[in-house]
Parts: sequence; structure tokens; C-alpha cells
Amino acid sequence: MQKFTNVKGIVAALDQANIDTDQIIPKQYLKSIKRTGFGPNLFDDWRYLDKGEPGMDHSKRKLNPDFVLNHDRYQGAKILLTRENFGCGSSREHAPWALLDYGFSCIIAPSYADIFFNNCFKNGILPVTLDSHQVDELFDEVLNHEGCQFEVDLPAQTVTTDNGQIYSFQINPTQKNRLLEGLDDIGITLQQAEKIKTYESERAKITPWVFN
Amino acid sequence: MRYYFKSKFTNTAIMAKTLYDKLWDAHLVHEYDDGTSLLYIDRQLVHEVTSPQAFEGLKLAGRKLWRVNANLAVADHNVPTTDRRLGIADPVSKLQVTTLTENCESAGITLFGMNDIRQGIVHVIGPEQGSTLPGMTIVCGDSHTSTHGALGALAFGIGTSDVEHVLATQCILQKKAKNMRVTVNGQLQPGVTAKDIILAIIGKIGTAGGTGYTIEYAGEVIESLSMEARMTICNMSIEAGARAGLVAVDQTTIDYVKDRPYSPNDEMWQQAVEYWQSLKSDDKAEFDIEIELDANQIKPYLSWGTSPEMVMPIDATVPDPELENDPVKREGMQRALEYMDLKPGMRAEDIQPDKVFIGSCTNARIEDLRAAADVVKGKKLAANIKLAMVVPGSGLVKQQAEQEGLDEIFKSTGFEWREPGCSMCLGMNEDQLEPGERCASTSNRNFEGRQGRGGRTHLVSPVIAAAAAVTGHFVDVNSVG
Repeated sequence: MQKFTNVKGIVAALDQANIDTDQIIPKQYLKSIKRTGFGPNLFDDWRYLDKGEPGMDHSKRKLNPDFVLNHDRYQGAKILLTRENFGCGSSREHAPWALLDYGFSCIIAPSYADIFFNNCFKNGILPVTLDSHQVDELFDEVLNHEGCQFEVDLPAQTVTTDNGQIYSFQINPTQKNRLLEGLDDIGITLQQAEKIKTYESERAKITPWVFN
Repeated sequence: MRYYFKSKFTNTAIMAKTLYDKLWDAHLVHEYDDGTSLLYIDRQLVHEVTSPQAFEGLKLAGRKLWRVNANLAVADHNVPTTDRRLGIADPVSKLQVTTLTENCESAGITLFGMNDIRQGIVHVIGPEQGSTLPGMTIVCGDSHTSTHGALGALAFGIGTSDVEHVLATQCILQKKAKNMRVTVNGQLQPGVTAKDIILAIIGKIGTAGGTGYTIEYAGEVIESLSMEARMTICNMSIEAGARAGLVAVDQTTIDYVKDRPYSPNDEMWQQAVEYWQSLKSDDKAEFDIEIELDANQIKPYLSWGTSPEMVMPIDATVPDPELENDPVKREGMQRALEYMDLKPGMRAEDIQPDKVFIGSCTNARIEDLRAAADVVKGKKLAANIKLAMVVPGSGLVKQQAEQEGLDEIFKSTGFEWREPGCSMCLGMNEDQLEPGERCASTSNRNFEGRQGRGGRTHLVSPVIAAAAAVTGHFVDVNSVG
């Protein structure tokens, strides 16, 4: 997994609550057996005017000019600013894969769906949680200043806006460390291999049918 | 509905445990300093969509499976529901299903192939086979894994990285969730089903209401429900934001589990039953939130919008966003109404679907098919219904239904009788809505484009879907003669 320490870049403002993973990456692209290449299909149903299918040349499809990510001002955005309950719905890890492949390594929202939130940390994406009123302020700043950039600093746990406002955010120290180090969970867990084996042998006495 | 927020840290809270606490404690392998835990996983269900990258990851790292027998695999999302002898026409889908087969063969994982009678939707076949059992921890790369909580098991959906993690370590890293209990007391009215109970709950607490919680469903109504109805409720816990839903083990649970292919056999059966009987919340256990619903007040529901919290009783009218004070919610409602092509004040009964889908891990078990068949028996599809289909949850559900003659009832009404799979719940195969088409669907998500780009989904129970098929509009099943 790639490390995440900080990001500075253009902020795209997607002003909608409850954005589900079916919107982030529609079902037809889940047929892929790879982890990469989902970027052109991020928000596919909103982003393009036609119906997309795997294998198409997506660069030739007609873009929906009304969709915010297609606006000139947000090209090259690295940070996605959005609303409550982002990533609700399915457990598809293709959602963070698509966000990352598109270029978003940081999301800022008041809240996230549990599975999506968890999936971000496995892929080097930092989901920043701020209070609703702070997110309101950030939306105001981004919408009123074209080319607005934020700097998100994970070690310092801060979001700094173009006009110098600094917002602190909370993060679980383990998840923070895994992002900073780009650590592989499996390797860490296997350090507890003996404990897992002991658990299994003890447990097999209580619920032997589970281990049949 | 009433909410109670209880204070923790009383003496009784320390002594008494919720069912979730018990399941958690029994599977705790290691606790890290920050409160993150390593939780042992008894069973992993594997399907074709969220597993290929996990197997690839293991291969690249040269890692082996920790416990091969802990896994059971099936292809369900991509499979065609029409004639299986023709194979999978879409080469991309075909590659994914073939990849699952190859991965399972090389790892030694039991796989129910597309032409195996036991094949079906992963959350239908787990309980059906006795592969998912009370007291287990169960994961799958699918958010509707919450279904298995109906058995008194801790079951939740995970992403592909976690699928790989469980394959390699048989454990998952997690922080413990909080406890929520939803108690449903009273008497259900005729025509009101488990689907209406869970839609009513989601309508009340919202799609993020359960975020960070495990929900235990309790009360006399839940206790009186069949296992299949309990699965319908637990299935949609994730639509309320909760990764896991639970129902305490009782005699209904034990009777359901008995004599299933993977259930414990003679000598171990008694030991298992004794253990399972402990799987309920202690009387004095305290929950972080308690919610109570009066079953007498629950009506048949349908969703009107593009989020499962956007629901209304069948005798109600489409709500008016202008009456919503929260600007973010108001905008969401307006957007949903536009997408759904509905106007505030419209009666539910005036909404006419084009298609009817009876299926999915929410509502494709034998009881669902029986209830729907009972409504359509001797009737014909309404003229405006372009397609009505029944997709049984598994090959065994299909076989059972055929033995009972349900297939003939559906077919003579004008329904198509299909092969098992996820089908039009998410439209990964050919079963999709066309842009603008409206569907009465027994599935679990009404997101934009979920059943096909531009398609409009109304979530309903099997009996309401059946009633819509024969009347051509949404209507209380009690008024269908």
C-alpha cells in the first residue's frame, strides 16, 4: 500500500449527502479482476451522458457538463469535499480504488459509512471527518474561490485552507500509523500467529463443530 | 417510536452482556493498545466479485490460506438467470466466474458451481446449508452478510483487502461497535411483513442511524417471526448503516439449523444446542440506544426515493420537500423526486411500475415465494407490466417451489421463472431496468441506477410486489381479492 503523509491540491466540492458506492463506481465495472484502472469510471453514471461498459474507450465518451467533477475549475483535484454518510451501501473496495485511481487521496466529510471508511485505510486514502458546520465553512470557501486548494497534513492532523484557516481532525492512532507507514495489515496480524493458533485450539474444545 | 439513550458504566452493565458482547468476547484473539482488536472469523463466504484481487494479493505475497475449510464459495452476482446450459455470454462476467473457479480449485475451497443445485445467492445458501451457524463470526465481501445475524451469529460485510486478510490469517482487525436494540412489540396487521418492519425501522432511524452500532432486533414480534423473516430484517441492517444485525437464538433458530448438510451431527448436536442456548442478551444487559416500535402501527411500506430511508406507508402520499427544514435533506428529497419522476402529494396507489422483480438476498427464500404466489394465484399480470420475474434465492429454493407448484402459479400469471442469483437486485448480469423504467422490487437498495442506469426502484415486500404485478399499481395486498 502506498504511504499517505500529506496532500496539497485542488478541492472538488460534491455537495450531496448519502453518496452511495453504486454512484462512486457502478456495478458493471465490478466485473474486473484487477485493482487498478477504475479512475475513468469514478461516478460513471453522473460523469458521462451515455451508459458506460467495461472495455469502452472512456476518453471518447461524452461528458456530462453539469457534473461538478467535469467543471474546469476542479480538474486535477486531489481532495474531495462532500457531505454526510459518504460511501454508504455496498462493501465494494472498488469505490476507494476508483477514487484513488482518479487522483483523490483525501476525502473530507462530516461522516462516512463504516465499511467504506475502513476500506479507505487499506488503500492509502485518508478520510477526514470534520463537524458539519466546519464542512459548511469549507464548502463556502471552495465554492467562492475558484482554484481553491487545501493542505491536509496527517502527522499534524490538520486541514489548512487557502485563506489560512486551520482545522484539526481526530483519527485513530493505529489507522494513522498504517497510512503514514503504508503498512500491510496481514504482515502485522501474522506477528500474532501463535496467539491465533492458541485461540483455535482452545476454541475447538468449546465449539468443535466450527472446526470440522 | 421511542428512543432511550442509556448511561453506561453501571454495575449491571459490567456484569451483564448483550448478545453482541458475548459473540465479540468469544472471538477475541488479541487487543491492541488503542482498542483495535483481532477478532477470529469462523466462516468466510466467498463470491466472484470481491475475491479475485484478494487471491491475487495472496499469490503475489506468497501467502497461504490459514484454514481452507473455513471458506465456502459460490458465484452469484454475475450468473445468468436464463438457460444455464448456454453458459455466460458476457466475456467479462465469464472471466470473473472462471477466475473464482480457478482460485477455489487451487486453494482447495469448496465451490458450488453454476450448475450445482446448491448454487444460489451467497446469503441464502449459507444458512440453507448449515454452513453459517449460531454463535459464529461470519464475513463475506458483501455488505448484506448482515443477513446471517438472524441465526444469532456475528456477521458483517468486508472489503476485498479484508477478504484477503481473513484468507491469510482467519482474523479481522476491528474496533468494537456500540450496542443498539430495536424492540418490536404488539401485533402485526394482516399483509404486513418482515420487509415492512425493516423499512419502517430504516425510515425512522435513517440510513446512517445505525452507523457504528450492531443492532439486535428483539421483542415479541421478532420472536414470533420465522428464521426466513428474521433474515429479511437482519439483511437490511446495513441499509440503516449498521454492519451487523442480530436476533437471539431460540427454539425457532435451533429447529431451523437441525439436519442441514453442514450442521453438527448426532454426537456434537447436543453440545452445540447447549452452547447456542446461551446466545441471547442477559436480562440486565444495557444497550447504548434502545428503540421501540409498535407493530400495530406498521403499515405495508414502499420506498419513494433513491435512499432506503425514503419510504412511505402504502396508504400515504409522496412527501413534500418544502416541509423539510434541513437544507441538505431537502435537496436530497428534491433530487430523488426528480430522478424518480414523482410529485409531492401523489398517492402511492397512483404509482405504476413497468417491471416487477421478486428476488434478492432480502426476499428470495421459499416463504417469500409462497407468499407472493398466494397473491397472484389465478390472476394475470396487469396490462402495463412489461416484465415480471421471480428469481429464487438458490437452486434448492427453486426445486422446493417447483415441488409445491409455485412455478406454475407464477408462470400462468405471466411471470418469468428464472435460475437463482443476485439478478436485478444490482443488475450485474443481463437482468436490468432500461432508463426511466419503474420497478416494484423486493430487493434492498433503491439507489440511482442500482437496477440499471436511469431505472427507478421501489422497494417493497414480496406480497406488495405480487399485488402490483396483478393490479398494475402499488396497493395494499388486503384489497386484492
